[in-house]
Amino acid sequence: MTATPDLSTPPEIGGIGHSVLRREDDRLIEGQGDFLDDVVLPGMLHMAIHRSPVAHARIRGIDSSAASAVDGVVAVVTGELMAAHNLAWMPTLSGDTQAVLATDKVRYQGQEVAAVIATDPYVAADAAALIEVDYEMLPAVTGPQQSLSADAPVIRDEKEGQTDNLVYTWESGDAEATDAAFESAARVVSLDTFYPRSHPAPLETCGIVADVNSVTGQATVYLTSQAPHAHRTLFALVAGLPEQNIRIISPDIGGGFGNKVPIYPGYVVATAASLLLGTPVKWIESRSDNLISTGFGRDYHMRGELALDGDGRILALRADVLSDQGAFYSDAQPTQFRAGLFHVVTGSYDFPAAHVTCRGAFTNKAPGGVAYRCSFRITEASYLIERLVQTAAYEIGMDPADFRLLNFIREDQFPYTTPTGFVYDSGDYHTALRKAMDEVGYAELRAEQAAARAEGRLLGIGIAHFTEAVGAGPSRTYDIAGLKMFDSAELRVHPTGKAILKLGVKTQGQGHETTFAQIVASELGIPVTDIKVVHGDTDNTPYGLGTYASRSTPTAGGATSMVSRKLADKGRKIAAHLLEAAEADIDLAAGTFSVRGTPERSVTIQEVAFAAYTNMPEGLEHGFEGVSYYDPPNLTFPYGSYIVVVEVDAETGVWKVDRMVALDDCGVRINPMIVEGQIHGGLTEGFAKSSMQWITFDEDGNCIGSNFMDYLVPTAWETPRFELLETCVPSPHHPIGAKGVGESATVGSPAAYVNAVIDALAHLGVRNIDMPVLPDRVWDALESAS
Amino acid sequence: MYPPSFDLTVARSVAEAVDALAEGGEDARILAGGQSLIPMLKLRFAAPSLLVDINEIAGLDLLERTNGHLRIGATARHADIVASDLPGGAVASAAPWISDPLVRNRGTVCGSVAHCDPEGDWNSVLLATGATVVATGPGGERSIDIGDFVVDFFTNSLAPGEMVTEVHVPVPAGASGGAYMKLERKVGDYATVGVATHLELGGDGTISAAGIAMTSVAPVNRKASDAEALLVGEAPGDELFAAAAEAAAAASEPRSDVRGSAEWKRNVVRVYTRRGLEAALAQAQAG
Repeated sequence: MTATPDLSTPPEIGGIGHSVLRREDDRLIEGQGDFLDDVVLPGMLHMAIHRSPVAHARIRGIDSSAASAVDGVVAVVTGELMAAHNLAWMPTLSGDTQAVLATDKVRYQGQEVAAVIATDPYVAADAAALIEVDYEMLPAVTGPQQSLSADAPVIRDEKEGQTDNLVYTWESGDAEATDAAFESAARVVSLDTFYPRSHPAPLETCGIVADVNSVTGQATVYLTSQAPHAHRTLFALVAGLPEQNIRIISPDIGGGFGNKVPIYPGYVVATAASLLLGTPVKWIESRSDNLISTGFGRDYHMRGELALDGDGRILALRADVLSDQGAFYSDAQPTQFRAGLFHVVTGSYDFPAAHVTCRGAFTNKAPGGVAYRCSFRITEASYLIERLVQTAAYEIGMDPADFRLLNFIREDQFPYTTPTGFVYDSGDYHTALRKAMDEVGYAELRAEQAAARAEGRLLGIGIAHFTEAVGAGPSRTYDIAGLKMFDSAELRVHPTGKAILKLGVKTQGQGHETTFAQIVASELGIPVTDIKVVHGDTDNTPYGLGTYASRSTPTAGGATSMVSRKLADKGRKIAAHLLEAAEADIDLAAGTFSVRGTPERSVTIQEVAFAAYTNMPEGLEHGFEGVSYYDPPNLTFPYGSYIVVVEVDAETGVWKVDRMVALDDCGVRINPMIVEGQIHGGLTEGFAKSSMQWITFDEDGNCIGSNFMDYLVPTAWETPRFELLETCVPSPHHPIGAKGVGESATVGSPAAYVNAVIDALAHLGVRNIDMPVLPDRVWDALESAS
Repeated sequence: MYPPSFDLTVARSVAEAVDALAEGGEDARILAGGQSLIPMLKLRFAAPSLLVDINEIAGLDLLERTNGHLRIGATARHADIVASDLPGGAVASAAPWISDPLVRNRGTVCGSVAHCDPEGDWNSVLLATGATVVATGPGGERSIDIGDFVVDFFTNSLAPGEMVTEVHVPVPAGASGGAYMKLERKVGDYATVGVATHLELGGDGTISAAGIAMTSVAPVNRKASDAEALLVGEAPGDELFAAAAEAAAAASEPRSDVRGSAEWKRNVVRVYTRRGLEAALAQAQAG
């Protein structure tokens, strides 16, 4: 690695640190975006899916004659037809198999049973409703406890050797050392809590336009994909198509949040239909399709135990998880880790020992435990530990802030190896929490709280101090379905000094077209407005694993820096030639190559680019371009201190947020405005989950929450005002010192909101209310406490 | 979300609309703001054969105060009520709580009234204020007391071929006040619990008339008649309001669901009735 260059730039260049307005916004705001539903191809047909109305039943027969008879219907596809092409089942990202169209049984409400291909989406929907399926009803299993009981029906009876509903068991840490610590503990504190099933609910649902050319065999697949290259490879492996003939184009995406990482049955059916019919086929989920059948998040039943010494120092952590996986195990997560990165559950604390155990269970619910705006189950882990430390503080009569300050990992302990094997790169937790406490006026609030209690008013102050593990790779540790997690950038500077940057990652609203151009602007001094960022088209971008898990800046951001530095090195050679100086004497700063000691002897990056095509020194290849594949040496570990103040209406249980102070440390911020936008979004999602959002099922497995009347997404009206703060401890191993931030606030904030409500009731002995913290649950807690 | 196919007629007059309804038979529906109907079509919960669009009918959007009544026409939008100075009491209090701004801009009061969704807000307000629904059909126009209009869950007392053309809310001559207390999970959500209250005061300060009606806590919007009876003729006060609130809670029949437990909802009825009566009294006493 070359030495870190001076990355500061003036505003007209707009590099790292400038709040450059998002370059993609003009086209999106003016309706000139290019989303999947904007793709219209000649002769294109439309697909609708007939879904199971029941959660668990054997299929006796399917009658599609009425659907086939509808004017405009071209084909009806059933599992039988897919099976004839060996496509009735497909592999999941976690090594399980998932039904594409059901052949034997339906295993959750909303499962894909048949598909109608028609000339018009209305006709397709009408015909899909006419498909008759003869079901033999089976008992539905709607929770993991029920699922793992001895008398539960076996949901995955088609799997050889599967005699129960257990998906996996997994553990991390040192059981023996942990047991020993618990035995010697002065005090043990525990918390049982449930993180309910939620849904990423992107505003644009998932969809595909599959266009398989019957002559050339070329498959052009427009896909709402967060990971187009990975999807190309998986399409090749699943469908048996030669990979050079598959081109995935992921156009503008209206939000992903993890929902657009998996491959869904509808994609496979539409592609197969296009292959068989020789015409393009479009399929886009309805809102209900999206909410009932695609990748959910969480559904984690957790127990945490802390061992403490007599002074309140933590000695060990035990965490046990029961995960509701739904009918198929299709979590999107690294292969080695059956429960994602949940073992980051030791959080921000200096734990001498920890032991984590996890079990997954099949249920008659939709599959797809995706990392909903979270780096693989880190949200659940962060929630458990932050709820648990607050519980411990109450139990030993210590202020929750003091308890954290006593037990934090200290600044001088970084890099810090956790008992479950993470190596935290950098941080200063004490400074972060103290700064947030100063901003919110913590001591004064505690006095106010005491005064309010005396008047019968309920005020609560909740803290969450999270540490995230984001940005996978390194590839030696992290892969998805065998595909190693590095990422890439390809940079071409044209003769006039304008550049194209091509990425293996794919924005879904994160602002890549702006922020990645800013990295190049800082590295090479090319103005951000002169750099076009291209992504999402596998024929025209280098290979990469895609955008999720806050990995784009840690991986592709690193690649962008590294490729820029390759060009800077070549630029120095060209500049040395142009300036008739020694290469070793050439400095580059803000787009100017100058001779050390005589700065008036200089050439601009634009002049160097022109020379690369017109006046190259002998012995150098023409052109000014390069590609880098960046494999990070470690994850990055962003963190933050969030403090929420609530008031609870003691008569009704309704609670309102008075203050939300959020301090984030994500290392170097490329575009502070975009970072703040990410944090605002995450704090809003955390508020949603803590206050109103969940997917529930009745005892028959019917999904309650299949539309936006029942599945709640907060508006600006409910959302609290956010007060943002920052500290900056750069990542020591990342080329520009940045850490991922896209998910921090979603991960960190739910515990802060819930802790605040619990804090309002803590003096009454209340220790837990599960999310969403609905007013009736608060009222129940108040009633049972008094 | 693709609705099943249907025919559409755009009526230019009430007479045209009534004729179209009669011709369309049982499966014909009026399309006013469409804020309940269109989602039901998209979810395929409803499959009408014919929609009769009344939005082009001139003069149907009236909103005026005449003869001691607030008259609200069939195409007057919720947003019109919010923006107008004419409504007072529970009507003015409820209007900004109807769903969200998008729905208020398009949805109509009369459409909501006719829909008879027990989670709809307006029928509680009309029950509390003693309003009248004006229906027009093949036989002409007739007035229906709101208590007789609301029959059951999504069921009104319109005869075949009739449509709601107006709602009349009485405007008391003396001191009066009203409120609508609504607990919702978020903007745009149906009420978890809604309570409309209405009080009129005699010259001596005692309660001369009282109205209380509740949303989302019974199979229909429910008038709390026992609670109203407790109030009439009495001097307002904390104990009286607490007793009325208790009676309202007793008259509610909430069900446990994802919004919360029945027991808690009944408690919210109690709290919101009391708070609503306090707000109504403050308004009446302020004149």
